[in-house]
Amino acid sequence: MKYYNKKMECMDRAELKKLQSERLAALVAYVYKNVAVYRAKMDAIGLLPSDIRSIDDISKLPFTTKQDLRDGYPFGMFASKKRDIVRIHASSGTTGKLTVVGYTKRDVDDWAECCARSLVCAGMDKNSVVHVAYGYGLFTGGLGLHYGAEKLGAMTVPASGGNTARQVQLLRDFRADALCCTPSYALYIADEMEKMGVKKEELNLKSGIFGAEPWSDNMRVEIENRLGIKAYDIYGLSEISGPGVAMDCAEQSGKHIFEDLFFPEIVDRDTLAPLPYGGEGELVFTTLNKQGLPLIRYRTRDICALTDEPCKCGRTHVRMSKVFGRTDDMLIIRGVNVFPSQIESVLMNNDQAVAPHYFITVDRVNMIDTIEIQIEVNEKSFSDEVKKMEALQKKLEHDLFTAIGINAVVKLVSPNTLPRSEGKAKRVTDLRKSNR
Amino acid sequence: MISQIAVFLENKKGRLADMTRVLGDAGVDLVALTIADTKEFGIVRFVTKDNDKVLRVLKEAGYTATKTELVGIEVADVPGGLSAVLKVLGDGGAEIEYLYSFAGTHTGKAAILFKVADVTNTVRLLTENGIELIEKLF
Repeated sequence: MKYYNKKMECMDRAELKKLQSERLAALVAYVYKNVAVYRAKMDAIGLLPSDIRSIDDISKLPFTTKQDLRDGYPFGMFASKKRDIVRIHASSGTTGKLTVVGYTKRDVDDWAECCARSLVCAGMDKNSVVHVAYGYGLFTGGLGLHYGAEKLGAMTVPASGGNTARQVQLLRDFRADALCCTPSYALYIADEMEKMGVKKEELNLKSGIFGAEPWSDNMRVEIENRLGIKAYDIYGLSEISGPGVAMDCAEQSGKHIFEDLFFPEIVDRDTLAPLPYGGEGELVFTTLNKQGLPLIRYRTRDICALTDEPCKCGRTHVRMSKVFGRTDDMLIIRGVNVFPSQIESVLMNNDQAVAPHYFITVDRVNMIDTIEIQIEVNEKSFSDEVKKMEALQKKLEHDLFTAIGINAVVKLVSPNTLPRSEGKAKRVTDLRKSNR
Repeated sequence: MISQIAVFLENKKGRLADMTRVLGDAGVDLVALTIADTKEFGIVRFVTKDNDKVLRVLKEAGYTATKTELVGIEVADVPGGLSAVLKVLGDGGAEIEYLYSFAGTHTGKAAILFKVADVTNTVRLLTENGIELIEKLF
């Protein structure tokens, strides 16, 4: 099986443009009627739905941001009536406010199709066994790939995350053809296999569908060697639907964006002016066929580039490069969204007054994301006893784990040793970007 | 009680040298000094003749420092001298956080400084067993 939906995936680009234009015009009329926020934004610049006739008119439309979704928490931006929403997903936010996404039946079907297309990109078909080790729940990873695998007709194993020894056992015993999880978890599984003495030859794995966190080409090579598979990069974000917005094909030279459903633009990260193909900037999506939470020119804050060079695989949809970074300060660590402000509030809320001077270093050591927080010791937190200093360190680490859900290393440092800057403090460095 | 200064230092090359230079430049005479270290940081503890001045000097130089009170005693500078004292404290249930000692005082005795959880109990135990408390090291 080469394509899941050849008609759409290999559509002639002139024909595709016609489809996108029709869908955009219908979408704008639909959101203008059903979502107050869009209507207000368009009215503010004197734009009418009838002004949008072609996909080329898209740059006339105002942008939508994550803040718009937060302001409308939980359902303010939904365009469908509650009775037509059949599914909710949500992702974490800075202030504890979630970004909530609602799906109609058709939205779930479209999304499942995206994941089915993605699985076919990774060489799967209805005879395959697909092991889904993304978390199931509000996070879109698990259920997204699950529905896609079922739609494809594959034997779907809803393993979800955790209990790695059992994952290895299931992968081996059920003869899984594909493993879906975060790239760092794939390496955890490889480590566990080593511990258990399970050789990669004992498995039947051929493909990995990895996403939800940035990963380097080195990591891809390591995963491919250790698991004896081909590793495919899947891209998505819950606001747009979830995994399967874009997917590597067998050429592995950029992820095809399913353009019949999602229209991508790259805009200059400062001026927000649209850039031609090849330009590096912020990726912006318009959902062309969504009902529950349609998004117009949604700023993903992911920095990448697009290419419309024809691909050897035969798909005509444009490809996106690796995501080079984020425009805002959100960190994705082991697939988990972490905001520096969450870390700051832990440090500030601690009983032991901790200095306001801290510095976050994110890195990747042995292919696993690490986060270290240096904290300057002050009069209030200092003690002449080692025991008390170590207890403070442990308490902070514990509180951070409770707040952000991942293990951070706390390091106590001398006062006045962390960088100070004028204006907005630079308190984060992400060393993973240097080996992009 | 004998007052001590404790200073936080990162476990990095040259940090102790920097700090002692600051003290030297200020004309501070170190009477006793000890370092407790972990992999990442150290706590330098020392006694001087003018701790208030030292605290001021260190803070001006940007160090995190604090003053603590220790129980000080003198014991005969002979084999088993320290052991006898520790037995008294151990039998009496006194918890010692840390201690440091130095021999070669003008009296020919060894001085021992204790950081304890319960000062009252420690002092009582020592006094009841005829161990002499000292108020200064010089």
